[in-house]
Amino acid sequence: MAALKSGSWAFWRDVRVVRIAVQLLFLVAVALGLYWLFGNYVQNTKRLSFGFDFLGSAAGFTVSEGLAHERGDPNWKLFLVGVLNSLRVILIGIVLASLLGLIAGVARISHNWLVSRIATVYIETIRNTPLLVQLFFWYSAVYLKLPLVRESITLPGHIFLNNRGLILPEPYFTQGAEVWRWFLLAGIFIGLVAYVARRVHLARRERPGFPFLWGFGAFVGLAVLGYWLAPQRPIAWEVAELKGFNFEGGLHLSPEFAAVLTGLVVYTAAFIAEIVRAGILAVSKGQKEAALALGLTGLQTLQLVVLPQALRVIVPPVTSQYLNLAKNSSLAAAIAYPDLFNVAITIVNKTGREVEMILIIMGSYLSLSLLTSLFMNWYNRRIRLVER
Amino acid sequence: MAEKPTPIVRSAVLPPPTVRIGPIRWLKENLFSSGYQALLTLLALAFLYYVLGGVLSWALAQARWAVIPPNLKLLLTGFYPEAELWRIWLGLYLVLGLLGLSAGIWGRLWRDAVVLIGSGLLLLVALLWLVGWGERLALTGLLGTMVGGLGLGWRLRSGQANLKAWKRGLLSLWLLVPAVVVLLLSGVPSLLKSVPTTRWGGLLLTFSLAIVSIVLSFPLGVLLALGRRSSLPVIRWFSIAYIEIIRGVPLVTVLFMAALMLPFFLPSGWRPDHLIRAITAFTLFTAAYIAENVRGGLQAIPYGQIEAARALGLSPLLTTALIVLPQALRAVIPANVGQFISLFKDTSLVVIATPLLDFLRISLDIIKDPVWGGPAREMLLFVAAVYWLFTYFMAHMSRRLEKALGVGER
Repeated sequence: MAALKSGSWAFWRDVRVVRIAVQLLFLVAVALGLYWLFGNYVQNTKRLSFGFDFLGSAAGFTVSEGLAHERGDPNWKLFLVGVLNSLRVILIGIVLASLLGLIAGVARISHNWLVSRIATVYIETIRNTPLLVQLFFWYSAVYLKLPLVRESITLPGHIFLNNRGLILPEPYFTQGAEVWRWFLLAGIFIGLVAYVARRVHLARRERPGFPFLWGFGAFVGLAVLGYWLAPQRPIAWEVAELKGFNFEGGLHLSPEFAAVLTGLVVYTAAFIAEIVRAGILAVSKGQKEAALALGLTGLQTLQLVVLPQALRVIVPPVTSQYLNLAKNSSLAAAIAYPDLFNVAITIVNKTGREVEMILIIMGSYLSLSLLTSLFMNWYNRRIRLVER
Repeated sequence: MAEKPTPIVRSAVLPPPTVRIGPIRWLKENLFSSGYQALLTLLALAFLYYVLGGVLSWALAQARWAVIPPNLKLLLTGFYPEAELWRIWLGLYLVLGLLGLSAGIWGRLWRDAVVLIGSGLLLLVALLWLVGWGERLALTGLLGTMVGGLGLGWRLRSGQANLKAWKRGLLSLWLLVPAVVVLLLSGVPSLLKSVPTTRWGGLLLTFSLAIVSIVLSFPLGVLLALGRRSSLPVIRWFSIAYIEIIRGVPLVTVLFMAALMLPFFLPSGWRPDHLIRAITAFTLFTAAYIAENVRGGLQAIPYGQIEAARALGLSPLLTTALIVLPQALRAVIPANVGQFISLFKDTSLVVIATPLLDFLRISLDIIKDPVWGGPAREMLLFVAAVYWLFTYFMAHMSRRLEKALGVGER
């Protein structure tokens, strides 16, 4: 026994020693590598200063759209404009891509031959071509080829489409909104009460139902009533008018924004459609038939039996699609939409602070990814509770 | 008297009855089964009429496709010197001949690829009627080489040849091919004139980027996956941090970093050219994704396998190399083909961050060239169609591969 005590064999054969030695060696190698890289950097750029003070100095440039800003604004303000532009595309894009993806996914498994064929062609074409090519296509082959301002395409509802973008009527609140506001507040309150009451009622009877519809219905009812009773229409629309060489008033969406949004939505929706299809197919047919045999209505079957199980399959991969959409929004730089990445690169070119800006860019995208996955994980846990 | 056992008569297994229905019945079942379905069909028809009609009338009447043939050489090879083009052809001959041979020897799986590529080549020969007889001849020769390889492989398989040795030889040849082709294209000192990578372009560059990056990122990805599952905390945390950070940022940022900042971080004498910078970025980026795929394969190996190997006296290193990795890697081949497809599409991002003249960049430059009058739709549709052809082909092969490997069945 004594021979097996430590010290009886060479120390480099002791697993504990080897483990620690390997890790130490690895750490030293990584540290040396980083030291070497940083040493080269200092030597090459002849710069020792590292800091973020440049963010406070005047940027000296402006970007074409986004939060109001002017020429003398500091770098951080311009960067903020870029971040908000990115967020705008990402949030609207996620909502629209989910809708389009849902429609295309359901259409692909439709019993209607023509509809399912159209959906298949859409999905297979879009998924197999690069997003960047699609973005360029939407921008330079679709939006920039629209007619000139004077020959704008006029759509019903005072919507104008031309090669400077899309012009929509802009909603604004009138005096009547002050009355309406109270109806909305009451609607939220009564809606909440109705939701809770219905939920408690259903839980006591142990019956399935749609408490959310009750609450939402109460809210919508009150909102509509208030809109009608208000002395003046609470919301009015400012319609754009052609004056001189351009439209005045209304909501302007630039062709860059429209191209980025269309590209991201159409591309991501094709991937979401496949996930939706797989999710619905994953729910066995027997489940649906059993639910119908138990006397549930079609809507109840969908809401209480099929969707909860399908969503469990759908949500995790859709989360990564949302993350992809967020990351892919950086391709907006290619068609000069002033997003986070584009503005950051301009700041790099103006200030020469590559390392600092790269850290900021990566930090921004990392926190964006982290926030999205936190939210989707929370949602994922919630629908799991519904199911079990 | 013992009764003679009645022989078990195997009841003739009948195939399920095939129902033949007439066109009217088919229409009724698939398009007009109810009022709602009929409405959907009509809406779809209206949509098709509007969109397809518009696109077709543009494509046939207005589009100026004539911009493509004179620019084809530029689009496919960039500024690769005219006198050295034979090297690209030689590389193609090498790969397709090998492909035909493999198809002959392995059968099934590869034959599909040969059939698809063969019909693609035939189509090209037909389409390139206008381009010149030299290219047409070379393409026909390519087709012949592939079919010849197929025939040779077939003979070997049905003959008495030592098939196992042939298979092993072919596999090592496949491993060698990327390096050989790269040497062939870039040149060997005192043997082949060197062609600087600044002259590479078009589809050639796109493929070089994708293939070299995937080959390089594979070992790195496997190492990272193993690192992530290591019991040594320092190595595990390093791998996790690397994988998660890379997967959390867009590819453009990594590419931008490599293109602009890599030279700053290297000794002042080293100025890697832009192709190498881009390959570095793609490799570092893809490795993180491959690591996650491989980790999935590693997790699928039952722990009993590892314990059995250890019980037999294999060291941890040997256990990993001989027991775990072979099984894990086989299971993740389809996922990694998917990774290659997305890398192939993502190589177009060099347009944003580097001055490389890839397939997309060259077509954008042609659009900007006043000589051609801005044929944005024609060029971009052409580019999209070429990308689509290759990715669709690879996706198809990946599905075949998945079936042939029996992933999820064994």
